[in-house]
Amino acid sequence: MIQSLQDIAQHVVDRVKNSGATAADVMIREDDTFSVTVRMAEIETLKEAISRNLMLRVFIGKRTATSHTSDISGAVVDRLVDETVEMARLTSEDESGGLPEPGFFQGHFPDLNLFDPSWERLTPDERISLAVRTEKAAFETDKAVTNSEGASFEYARSRVALANTIGFGGEYAGTSAAVVCVPIAESKGSMQRDYWMSAGRHQRQIETPEEIGRKAADRAIRRLGARKIPTCQVPIVFDPLCARSLLGHIFEAVAGSAIYRRSSFLVDRIGETVASPYVTVVDDARMPGGLGSSPFDDEGTQTQTTPIIEGGVLLNYLQSAYTARKLQSRPTGNGSRAASGVVTIGPTNFYLKAGLYGADEIIRSVKGGLYIVELIGFGVNTVTGDYSRGAVGMWIENGEFKYPVQEVTIAGNLNEMLKNIEMVGNDVTFVGSIAAPTLKIGKMVISGA
Amino acid sequence: MVHSNSIFFEKYNVTLRDLEAYLSEALSRGGDYADLYFEYRINHSIVLEEQIIKSATKGVNIGVGVRVISGGKTGYAYSDDLNRENILKAARTAAFIANASAAGGSLRVPTPLNQERNLYPIPIYLAELGIAEKISLLQQSDDAARAYDRRIKQVQASYVDETKHILIVTSDGRATWDLQPLVRLNVMCIAEENGQRQSGYQGGGGRGVLDVFTGDLDPHALARESARQAILQLRAIDAPAGPMEVVLGPGWPGILLHEAIGHGLEADFNRKKTSAFAGLIGQKVGSELCTVVDDGTIPFRRGSLNMDDEGNPTHRTVLIEKGVLQGYLQDRLSSKLMKAPLTGNGRRQSYDHIPMPRMTNTFMMSGDSAPEDIIKSVEKGLYAVHFGGGQVDITSGKFVFTASEAYLIENGQITAPVKGATLIGDGPTVLRQVTAVGNDLELDQGVGICGKEGQTIPVSVGLPTIKIREITVGGTEK
Repeated sequence: MIQSLQDIAQHVVDRVKNSGATAADVMIREDDTFSVTVRMAEIETLKEAISRNLMLRVFIGKRTATSHTSDISGAVVDRLVDETVEMARLTSEDESGGLPEPGFFQGHFPDLNLFDPSWERLTPDERISLAVRTEKAAFETDKAVTNSEGASFEYARSRVALANTIGFGGEYAGTSAAVVCVPIAESKGSMQRDYWMSAGRHQRQIETPEEIGRKAADRAIRRLGARKIPTCQVPIVFDPLCARSLLGHIFEAVAGSAIYRRSSFLVDRIGETVASPYVTVVDDARMPGGLGSSPFDDEGTQTQTTPIIEGGVLLNYLQSAYTARKLQSRPTGNGSRAASGVVTIGPTNFYLKAGLYGADEIIRSVKGGLYIVELIGFGVNTVTGDYSRGAVGMWIENGEFKYPVQEVTIAGNLNEMLKNIEMVGNDVTFVGSIAAPTLKIGKMVISGA
Repeated sequence: MVHSNSIFFEKYNVTLRDLEAYLSEALSRGGDYADLYFEYRINHSIVLEEQIIKSATKGVNIGVGVRVISGGKTGYAYSDDLNRENILKAARTAAFIANASAAGGSLRVPTPLNQERNLYPIPIYLAELGIAEKISLLQQSDDAARAYDRRIKQVQASYVDETKHILIVTSDGRATWDLQPLVRLNVMCIAEENGQRQSGYQGGGGRGVLDVFTGDLDPHALARESARQAILQLRAIDAPAGPMEVVLGPGWPGILLHEAIGHGLEADFNRKKTSAFAGLIGQKVGSELCTVVDDGTIPFRRGSLNMDDEGNPTHRTVLIEKGVLQGYLQDRLSSKLMKAPLTGNGRRQSYDHIPMPRMTNTFMMSGDSAPEDIIKSVEKGLYAVHFGGGQVDITSGKFVFTASEAYLIENGQITAPVKGATLIGDGPTVLRQVTAVGNDLELDQGVGICGKEGQTIPVSVGLPTIKIREITVGGTEK
């Protein structure tokens, strides 16, 4: 008989109870993964495996330690339990430490439509052909597509189980898949690469291979002949995948861990206007079929929909049990366990809500400005909000794309950038748990020639 | 401690007969080549924050990756334990890549090879040290950072270590193993004054045990440096925008080479002709002042390895000599397909990842100029000494790296500190703009993490002081 992950987790919790710990929780994650990369119409890599990770957290009073292991066989886990309890004795008393309060657990879990059984009916050859068709579509888009870093299909069937010493136990399963295409276009001896991807839990959420391949090819081709432009201050339009990175910075700045450390430009600003009135951001763990959805978080806390910014006003930070205690707030179901087992703050479905405009309307509104299609580098300081990143884009003149631009940076400060969001697109694009639509920022400095 | 035999033979009772069975299963559908990567890794991490030890973590990862190569195709599977049935199952899964009708590679019975050198001998396993000594490093850091200046309001110090045992067995008959220690200490400070907050960061480490934390890597020294950067930023002015003459300080600014040159010279990108450097071997890509090396053989360095993750010894590889491009960084697959010699650069994050060409310790050799003369020679420019991360688009060749500590140079003098800014340039041409190279090569302090296709590995970078005629600085002040 196959043991459920929850039974194994519960068994470890029982074992911990007898080892001197006063409280503990155990999470087990299992991923059954398949991935294939196809390049120049040939399979390049094919990878398949089941991986497991058991994460243990123990408390002795207000002291804590964590551990994790890929080997969940009895002997390894037994030894790790003792070692973890031993480590906990040597850490400090932390007033805010401990499991979530019992009131934050839920007995009954909603069905969030996270599992699509139809993936399992695809044969390996059918899965491989998704990648083959995607790359083929990119090559067939235009003869300027001369090379490829490949197209890939990745699929995972995952199970998560959690149990703790105060009676919580739960398990859920989900599927997720992504198709990615990275073509290279060439003209006059210079090459440009771009990508497009589509991801979801259900087959129907994913664009067809032909759509993905064509979009990726178009994105690479339009970058051919890119040039540097003079330093200037102009309106900037972020495409949805680039706007997504901005939402990532907002997420980092509203994480309860950054707030109690005072390492965020949004600290002490609840109730203040931090963005333009067109900006509404939510973290919605209960979105049916969402890539970031889950019935409970990695501490067992019930998940929820948390308004973050509404009409430009900052309403809430995201909390785990620990940060909530530190900040005299309530957990928001954003406790997230890194592979190491340490609980941090994670996004669920964290996105900027759709606005009124089509992307084409936003582009048409710009007399002279830059439409950003790729951002590179790590030049964002979430403590101060200072922002400076390498950019690739399309120069917009009188509402139309004129020519591609590269080797420039865009810079500003997130405080001003958020307040200068003038238009919000209606095209929120989910390829992960953070998402955004097309966004127009009134002005930023482009540094170039 | 000399590791004369692999832990997998001694402690886990893996036998040569088992290895032969696994490889034979892996080649059962006619693959050309197969290898097994056994890994047993123990990690510890401890975090100090708000002056208390907030968390202590231990991780145990054990598993085996099975790779089968058939022509240019790779099949890969792994097992999360050393269970014989699970490894055989992984071998069967990986074998699927090969076409059963094709003639396969032959299997030579693996022969254990003793390690000829040890670049990182250690007196004791990190896993056997108690945590009290490690906690003391963090407490010393916290004390030193807070003592540096009253405006330091938060200190987050973290200690991480890793003890990694690997055994690599190949179908061409080699069985090699290594024990790879790695430690790191990081100190992050937040300074606060008049409602303004700034952060500073410093870290250090290497392949060794706690004795690496001396000199510049002493916890007090790391903490003071972190605090100094946070305090300095309180009076930083907005960074300039536009092309400027730039002087890079020695050490960690070597991230320039890693992004601008190193990734573009990884063999896989050149074999596939997706790199802006493809076809440029033998051509001049930099000024004669520039000689760039990737050297995985420097004792105790973060990026060093006795052997790469395919069991081949690491090398010192000259990438650019006096401005001329010499060669690529190879792994087994690319070297076979390109008919080029191995360089010992096949690396992987862990047993659940496929190896690929990666850097080790990448740096530029010293030149003749005195660093102070280089600064004096600049009328108006930027002097950048500390960096955050960097990134490159290897196809267009454009790269960025972000200065976290930089100053204006005015009339040959270092003046005001400026806020963090991203610098952007073109990899294949940036070294042509190098107009002076200092005599002060330094390697970084041992904190580099390199990401490629979702895999992260430890690396080092290094640079002497250099002057670049023009590079675009991404600030806000026009």
